[in-house]
Amino acid sequence: MPALPLRRQRNLAGRTMLLLAGGAALCALLPLGFIGWIAIETGWQTALALIWRPRVGELLANTLLLEICTLPPAILLALALAWLTERSDMPGASFLSWLTVAPLAVPAFVQSYAWVSLFPRFHGLPAAALVSVLAYLPFLYLPVAAQMRRLDPELEHAAASLGQSPARIVLRVVLPQLRLAVCGGGLLVGLHLLAEYGLYAMIRFDTFTTAIIDQFQSSYNGPAANMLAGVLVLSCAGLIGLEWLLRGHARYARIGSGAPRPAPRRKLGRWRLPALALPLALASLGLGVPALTLSRWLMAGGDASWQQGALAAAMATTLGYAAAGALAAVAAALPMAWLSVRAPSRATRFLESCHSYPGALPGVVVALALVTVTVRIALPLYQTVATVVLAYVLMLLPRALVGLRAGIAQVPIELERAAASLGRNPARTLLAVTLPLAAPGIAAAMALVAMGVATELTATLLLAPNGTRTLATEFWALTSELDYAKAAPYAVLMILLSLPMTALLHAQARKTLNA
Amino acid sequence: MTRLVLSGLSKRYGATAALDAVSLAVERGSRVAIVGPSGSGKTTLLRVVAGFEAPDAGTVVLDGQVLADGPAIAPAHRRRIGFVAQDGALFPHLDVAGNLGFGLERDEPDRARRLRELIDLVELDPAMLSRKPHELSGGQQQRVALARALARKPALMLLDEPFSALDTGLRESVRESVTRVLAKAGVTTIMVTHDQGEALSFADQLAVMRGGRLVQAGRPYEVYWRPVDIETALLLGNAVVLDATIEAVGVSCVLGRLAAETGGRSGRARIMLRPEQFRLSLAGPGPQAVIEDIDFRGGQCAVTLLMVRDGAETRFTAHVPSMDLPELGSAVFVSVNGAALLLGRTG
Repeated sequence: MPALPLRRQRNLAGRTMLLLAGGAALCALLPLGFIGWIAIETGWQTALALIWRPRVGELLANTLLLEICTLPPAILLALALAWLTERSDMPGASFLSWLTVAPLAVPAFVQSYAWVSLFPRFHGLPAAALVSVLAYLPFLYLPVAAQMRRLDPELEHAAASLGQSPARIVLRVVLPQLRLAVCGGGLLVGLHLLAEYGLYAMIRFDTFTTAIIDQFQSSYNGPAANMLAGVLVLSCAGLIGLEWLLRGHARYARIGSGAPRPAPRRKLGRWRLPALALPLALASLGLGVPALTLSRWLMAGGDASWQQGALAAAMATTLGYAAAGALAAVAAALPMAWLSVRAPSRATRFLESCHSYPGALPGVVVALALVTVTVRIALPLYQTVATVVLAYVLMLLPRALVGLRAGIAQVPIELERAAASLGRNPARTLLAVTLPLAAPGIAAAMALVAMGVATELTATLLLAPNGTRTLATEFWALTSELDYAKAAPYAVLMILLSLPMTALLHAQARKTLNA
Repeated sequence: MTRLVLSGLSKRYGATAALDAVSLAVERGSRVAIVGPSGSGKTTLLRVVAGFEAPDAGTVVLDGQVLADGPAIAPAHRRRIGFVAQDGALFPHLDVAGNLGFGLERDEPDRARRLRELIDLVELDPAMLSRKPHELSGGQQQRVALARALARKPALMLLDEPFSALDTGLRESVRESVTRVLAKAGVTTIMVTHDQGEALSFADQLAVMRGGRLVQAGRPYEVYWRPVDIETALLLGNAVVLDATIEAVGVSCVLGRLAAETGGRSGRARIMLRPEQFRLSLAGPGPQAVIEDIDFRGGQCAVTLLMVRDGAETRFTAHVPSMDLPELGSAVFVSVNGAALLLGRTG
């Protein structure tokens, strides 16, 4: 038998991945670096003068009021809907669960377009709060319903056998277990309220984000816009800190082994049909109103509104950006995803939080950071496709990372070892085992990123090269000219592009509970 | 003829030594079980032999071929060593036939016949060839994993706690079937386990690991009855430890005079007895003890005995047949079968 060659293992893959993930993390730190840089550059005096203004106080009050008027009702509605669809015998529960998630397919600024064009005098805080609840409720409903389904009924039985009344069981056993889901979903909604531009601009409700973009578009007033961005980032940090405090540090894991039995559904009795009113009312507001408005404008516009040459061009541009953004974001997140599954350590956890934090940053901050950096350091890159794609990558990196991690986790190292012990060399193992198993997860991650790009408005408005027309920016331009009929087909196309994502998110939420 | 020789294998992870100068020779066709508590380095040893990890020092030689010499190693995919992981590690995207044929050459003649042979070998129904792994029970998955590894006619087979994921009832039958298959194939096998019963019944050579060191290796009977220290003794079963005085022939303790190999030692020492060495009788011989507790286990009972001698209480447990057992609280005579084992001065 010929002697086998002996080699030292150099762990080249691991080192390369660490290097690449480090590079991606550095890029992801750019917006944070930008905030720090402008804070130092502007100086204490000027910063204070720019921030300590009645206008900023007004914006802060608006933002705070918006959070207070939106979050509590959204949380209550999410709890009620989750209980009805997961734990009661309401007829058609699984269909109504889909119906509750479906508004995710309607971009927030399309939702507010639907309301404003139906009720032209619909403005201010009540309007903002109503549309926000309708647009963002699914972000709370999904995790709460998932957790509600996962609750171990044995805990409730145990509480009952310890002499607790049904009402006290809900209070002392069920609600505490939903705390993490409520906090997580609430944080997501709260951050969206801070970051959203289109929704609030359309119904003329001023928030930090709308103010920053107004400032930027009217005067290119760098320091003023940058300072507002700084306050916005602080607000986000405050929200995250608040969530961290409310979430507490307890673990709510199930103790003991084995899968929990599915919880029994509560009989509603004569309330069975009246209970339908809640999900149906919300669906008619969140889905019915957009459907009504869109079909009205489509009929008013007739065939002509579909035959605009710009529509096809915008669709093509959007698809191009979506594909580029998806490829770039997945490529950027791949090394980190690999490391966090295959080589978890303190260092990789730090790198991972560098990858994840931009998800909490408003798009406008990422965009401002890239504007400032390109204008000052790399002017040839200002308003180029590359910069827009970089913005998409930064904003959607966390989304790509989550999907990729799930994909790579489908290929535990034991399977690669099994392939090696069966005589496959590393390259053939990659082709025969790793790729076929990880592909669905990678594809899902790409789809989620692509669909995020397809309806992105804020960063695209600020960063895209002059004359770039995506579905979102073209829709925005048309509604700004009050040409609601011409805008309708763009809205329809964006909704169609978002539908698969909605289905994917709903399916993922279901799957995690079955796992 | 010796087939696998491990010598001086060491590997550290940071400050902990996973392997500390481990040397072991494995004969052709034999079945070796490596036992040890978790963290004893037994799985690391298996991974080093398989080629998934490189040792810091030491060599792995199989049939005269050097597979590892310190950190320089031959790649796992060229070693012709089969590996069966804890949960089988079947490829979830391939059916049973795809898994079994994974290691075969693509142009292997008679592929279908080979697959048929393999599935017969592990006593599974050929209809299962078209099933996906998730449609198999845990025991069936393990048998497919074994057949998949055997397909390449490996020179050495490594089993990493192959039965630990199975239910207790299933475990024994799968273990017996796997042992049968391996014997039929005549392949040299190393199995890692933390289950002493599994190790004792599977192996014709037993190796005990602790803290990265190989503390004892030998025939299972030898290691069970003549362990090098009390930790090894307790790893393989229960033990009763008593103080004793070494006599000219044997030792004397609360149980009277017992046979023992003293190896020229004298003075006081500690001795070890297995609980199944005790005989209880109502008529003697032996000193008397009171039955304090009886733990009924079906065919056998664990009987806790209290013996008072010179005002000092001694408690120990005996494993005796449960038929004709004296009553709880009654006094019985205790005698000892076979010899006591003298523990090392420090043991």
